[in-house]
Amino acid sequence: MNMETEMNLQDRPFDINDYIRLNMMPHFLCPGCGHGIALRALLWAVHELGLDKDRLAVVSGIGCSGRLSAYVDANSFHTTHGRPLAFATGLALARPDLTVIVITGDGDSLAIGGNHLIHACRRNLNMTCLMLNNEIYGMTGGQVSPTTSADRYTTTTPAGNREPVFDACALAAAAGAGFVGREVTLQVTGLKDLIRKAIAHDGFSFVEVISDCTEIYGRKNDLGASPEMMLGQKAVMRPDTYRSTVDVPFRPNALKTGVLQQTDRPEYGSSYRAMVAARQRDSGEDR
Amino acid sequence: MTSRRLNLQGNQACALGAIAAGCRFFAGYPITPSSEIAETMSGELPRVGGTFVQMEDEIASMAAVIGASMGGVKAMTATSGPGFSLKQENLGYACGAEIPCVVVNVMRGGPSTGMPTRPAQGDIMQARWGTHGDHTVIVLAPASVAETYSETIRAFDLSERLRVPVVLLLDEVIGHLVETVELGTTATAATRKFATGPREEFQPYAVTEDLVPPMPRPGDGYRAHTTGLTHAPDGFPTQKPDEVRAAIGRLSDKLVLHRELIESWHSQAADDAEVMIVAIGITARAAQKAVDDLRAQGVRAGLFRPVTLWPFPEQALRDVVAKSGARAVIVPEMNQGQLVLEVERLLGRDLKVTGLNRFDGEPLSPADIAARVREELAP
Repeated sequence: MNMETEMNLQDRPFDINDYIRLNMMPHFLCPGCGHGIALRALLWAVHELGLDKDRLAVVSGIGCSGRLSAYVDANSFHTTHGRPLAFATGLALARPDLTVIVITGDGDSLAIGGNHLIHACRRNLNMTCLMLNNEIYGMTGGQVSPTTSADRYTTTTPAGNREPVFDACALAAAAGAGFVGREVTLQVTGLKDLIRKAIAHDGFSFVEVISDCTEIYGRKNDLGASPEMMLGQKAVMRPDTYRSTVDVPFRPNALKTGVLQQTDRPEYGSSYRAMVAARQRDSGEDR
Repeated sequence: MTSRRLNLQGNQACALGAIAAGCRFFAGYPITPSSEIAETMSGELPRVGGTFVQMEDEIASMAAVIGASMGGVKAMTATSGPGFSLKQENLGYACGAEIPCVVVNVMRGGPSTGMPTRPAQGDIMQARWGTHGDHTVIVLAPASVAETYSETIRAFDLSERLRVPVVLLLDEVIGHLVETVELGTTATAATRKFATGPREEFQPYAVTEDLVPPMPRPGDGYRAHTTGLTHAPDGFPTQKPDEVRAAIGRLSDKLVLHRELIESWHSQAADDAEVMIVAIGITARAAQKAVDDLRAQGVRAGLFRPVTLWPFPEQALRDVVAKSGARAVIVPEMNQGQLVLEVERLLGRDLKVTGLNRFDGEPLSPADIAARVREELAP
């Protein structure tokens, strides 16, 4: 490790090459996939916050989003399907000195890992969860997910999807996440700023990134190539005319972006450690 | 730690053994009959600066334990049958990524919800083969409260030395039995080798002489990758047959290499036994009494008790039985015949191996076992 290079990193303008594992390139994402933009925004935010890569832990689950941790030049953990938040909870509790970032997807965090997401929000332990929502199980070949929009064709909804979708941000907010935000990949600087705020927030931060799966979702539904899909996402954004997600629980009619909730609920880790310190003082007095 | 004598439940002894071994993280989920382990840890861990967390489910508690261990902290979880089933997913991750951790399973009646408050030994094969794919784990099966304390410490020692999950397999009777334990007498557990040396040359899964690669700790500058995908020595996924064979092969090779360290067993009155009993846990306690009673009446019964259940102490059993000249082996267990399969595999070609099975929620008694031995010796 070259300390001088590490120190200089923060003073240089952001260069993604300083934060990715170049030996892992080329990456395996499909042309037009929004996940790379999300990863860039994350690393940009990490750079702007001046975080030490040695103390950065990136924890991911399974799926296309799950593969991103391997590209980050940090302590990276590619865990099991749906469980990255649970792994990260152990890591963050055991090592409060680390900055813990979880990268997950809509299937990973809302279906198989739904229980872990709501309890991570409730516990409010200091970490940032990036949920890359591309409305599809991409890695397994394009099956319907809990966020697949109405009537869309997938390999398991050959007649169009009839299941309603989750509003992940409303879910996270209701479950108590200290910070909740949403952004589309087209607004890459906005996404970077949002992630930066999320990481800086002391507590559990949930960021939904509206990503796109051009290759096996967009094409199957005539949504066009990546630019068309991204512009389509932008078209349904409603950054100014906020409507309560409680009244209108489901997309795609209105997509509120930006910071959706930020509270000063006590961060769980520091609250627990204060109890431990008091307990150790008491034990000392017993002797 | 100064030694002190206490009357403890097996479950409490397990928790205190873990603390003595340096465990500083516990994640769990309430389940009968193991909950006392979590309860004890929730009170004891903060006293030593550790962390207890009750997770949202069994899967999450296994994941959190692995997460804490990947952070460099000794970690444990405890559960029973249904929860042990749920933990298998991430237990496999710990096998594949070689993350040290201790998983306690206090066996109760099954299948499914079964009989939560009743003892059984139905998870003997699940403990060995529970998670999917080719894998190896270490399973320890203590037979007393004192041994639960010392074997919990040994579970951490083996897990840390060998970077392998260790399952501590208790049964409901051992978990809830109250006996006198002398604490602080067992040597404490080792701590894993952490990676040292220059980052540029570091390979997180390098093949070392002892087949146990030093573990990178976040914050130490290695910025390593850990995955449940089959990985090359550099830690990144591979599907190259040579690299896959080496990676999967090493997981079992390291346990073979360290077999002497891992294997532990006891024998009683074995030297001239005509009938050898093989048993674990509370069934072994009943067998001990049965052997004493039979010997007092001149019946030559002996006992072989594996403390390390998996990998099974194969050579030790063969040697003990060969030396005794026993003509029959009886395997009493609280299930329909699991341990007997392994004993048959090892001895069945030369000897008569039969089971004695009880699976009604009641433990086998010394009288049950003694009667079966007499039956075997009847002309």
